[in-house]
Amino acid sequence: MTSDASRQARAGDSPGARAMVNGEASRTTRELFLGEGAGGGTQNLTVNIGPAHPAMHGIIRILAELDGEIIVKSDVEIGYLHRAFEKDCEVGPWNNAMPYTDRLNYVSPLINNFGYCSAVEKLLGIDITERCKYIRVIMSEISRICDHLTCVGASAMELGAFTVFLYMIKAREFLWELVEDVTGARLTISYGRVGGVKADLPAGFDDKVKKAFVEVRQVLEEVHVLITGNRIFMDRMVGVGALSAEETVAWAITGPLLRAAGVPFDVRKAQPYWAYDRVQFEIPLGKNGDNFDRYLVRMAEMEQSMRIVEQALGALPGGSIQVDWEGKAIDPAAYVDRGKQGKTEGLLFVPIALSPNLQGQGRDAQKRVNAPDKRVVLPPKENTYGSIEGLMNHFMLVMEGFGIRPPMGEAYFAVEGANGELGFYVVSDGSDRPYRVRCRPPCLPPVAAMSRMIEGQMVADIIPTFGSVNMIGGELDR
Amino acid sequence: MDGQAILARLETRLGARLLGTHDHRGDHTAIVAREGIIEALTFSREESDLRFNVLMDLTAVDYLKLPGREDGPRFDVVYHLYSIPHNHRIRLKVPVEQDDPVVPTATSLWPIANWLEREVWDMFGIRFAGHPDLRRLLMYEEFEGHPLRKDYPIERRQPLIGPKV
Amino acid sequence: MGVGSFFTSKLDEAIGWGRKYSIFQYPFVTACCGMEYMATACSHYDVDRFGAGLPRFSPRQADVLFVVGTISHKMAPVLKRIYDQMCEPKWVVAFGVCTCTGGFYNNYATVQGIDTIIPVDVYIPGCPPRPESVIDGLMKLQEKIATGAQRY
Repeated sequence: MTSDASRQARAGDSPGARAMVNGEASRTTRELFLGEGAGGGTQNLTVNIGPAHPAMHGIIRILAELDGEIIVKSDVEIGYLHRAFEKDCEVGPWNNAMPYTDRLNYVSPLINNFGYCSAVEKLLGIDITERCKYIRVIMSEISRICDHLTCVGASAMELGAFTVFLYMIKAREFLWELVEDVTGARLTISYGRVGGVKADLPAGFDDKVKKAFVEVRQVLEEVHVLITGNRIFMDRMVGVGALSAEETVAWAITGPLLRAAGVPFDVRKAQPYWAYDRVQFEIPLGKNGDNFDRYLVRMAEMEQSMRIVEQALGALPGGSIQVDWEGKAIDPAAYVDRGKQGKTEGLLFVPIALSPNLQGQGRDAQKRVNAPDKRVVLPPKENTYGSIEGLMNHFMLVMEGFGIRPPMGEAYFAVEGANGELGFYVVSDGSDRPYRVRCRPPCLPPVAAMSRMIEGQMVADIIPTFGSVNMIGGELDR
Repeated sequence: MDGQAILARLETRLGARLLGTHDHRGDHTAIVAREGIIEALTFSREESDLRFNVLMDLTAVDYLKLPGREDGPRFDVVYHLYSIPHNHRIRLKVPVEQDDPVVPTATSLWPIANWLEREVWDMFGIRFAGHPDLRRLLMYEEFEGHPLRKDYPIERRQPLIGPKV
Repeated sequence: MGVGSFFTSKLDEAIGWGRKYSIFQYPFVTACCGMEYMATACSHYDVDRFGAGLPRFSPRQADVLFVVGTISHKMAPVLKRIYDQMCEPKWVVAFGVCTCTGGFYNNYATVQGIDTIIPVDVYIPGCPPRPESVIDGLMKLQEKIATGAQRY
């Protein structure tokens, strides 16, 4: 039963209906049985949902005042995961903020990393290499797919579609294997660096992406078959949690929720950055701004993201890397020894077998993916250990008081996060530490508007609405 | 619309209440006095050429330790606005003194300002006159002090339960 | 002494065996570790084969409290309350380094290790721990449950 129908049903035949007892028509049933004074006959119930609640992805508290099943008023309380991101960023040098940014929107950490790096690069006034731009696009889109998979999977699970959750987490595992190949970690990757990325893409990445996307596309197919036309899913999602386009804009909601309301705003199209102006993709739009449209928008966006990754891999400047370490390279310990003994003639040209931790960070890779700016980017290890200039460069970037020192000023850079516009506002005082780092969280406006979205709906409608908002605690509370 | 043109429109409208402008790294910024901020925001939203309909962000910066700003107003309340129809951005900053940290609220213009201003109150201690419900957003009510101020030490914990460490 | 203690020790072993293979965990998920918890619980790294596949989302029905993710000082009283609501025998797993020691969040908002508030049985470090680490921790927990080590 939709909430409209249920409200109509209530109005006509309510438990507060006048009871006829011994001719006393004035007392309600409730008063008769409970002996309360004359009143409207009903009393609103205040119910606390959370903070530790399974359907609250993460921790958030909704204090709901209920009239039967209908929510009359609600108050959302956040801050249970406040981890002082902004204050922590002020403590260390500019690159030290990277692990903290990972843990903002922890389902799509690469987007946060690169957003922060781009804000600092804007402040520095440097431009990154073309290859790095494409790599950032590729990894951001893979992260975006992971985010949408988690969001749709988790909210489907809460509606009872547990299979969908298992399938989507399976698909996410394939993508995490890709991320692990590139960055070394599955979730909290700290891959971005000011001036570039940590390492280049590994060998054979193209084929791995192809294989992973076959699996992801199959999962999306299966999920479409399972829930998109499913009576129960549609009944719970259609018409629920809707916000009109004007309201969505007034609440500064961006991302899939805004596009589901019909407003075609996507930072990647409106103010393209990195390589987004060189790839073709569409922005899926919805009509009603309800939960079902948000779900459809997210499903369509995943397909578009895969399209972007495939185009970007095809257009990658420098092509994919096919490395061959057979025979020619020397052992890194021997290389360092030679450097220390002063036998540095021609040492910078000798190929070196880097350890697996440094895969993708060799001097050729560094040239391809990191900006050619010595004040910002760490030199490749061959230079650090093989020449005095490299050693000094490394020293100057790492020692306290030195390092990346953007000139005094402020900059705001917005990227399209999985939930909407993710903006980083950085203020520099000229030293090697950030003066202020502000993250504009894309999921704060939808959660602020939650009270408005669930007003007048039933308690059970909170679940799909909250699921489609995709509140990520790390980003909301920072 | 071109950033400089936007700043010129704001200057025409605000007159002496526009304290300064800059476009460091291409971000057009207007520094507005406290008396003029509501008018600046309303004008930015309503004026057909500007149409800044999205309040992207509302935050603050504490300039206690910034070299060159020790004498000036301690805080800046920063508004980032974006216009979907015209696809342009502007940043407005309001300098706020330490002794009188009050700024008029923007809640009547954009409902999202409600939570953003609560966060600024929580983190910086800047009050918003006319705000319907100014209480802490991220920290708990028993917390004393405003954590993002530069004089709040990062490791000062105020545990509700557990050891006082 | 004698035959009586043989039967009771065999009974203890049987109860321990039963308990360790029927873990009803309460995943108290707060942050990023929750993603690795989900990954461990789902098909790839299946935790169901250890008998721990059914999360009980009520502390009254659970016996293992998995504290997954950073606990802030605002959340700490809630965690303590949830722990108190669980019935004996109960175990606590500190999942992720934020719950073990506070992680790298040495600031005004984060509890520096949940063992300052509730007793912990198994610590699983990692930020976030790989599913293999989680399963290792779970197996250590199972050993602990099987031997019936209790703190009252």
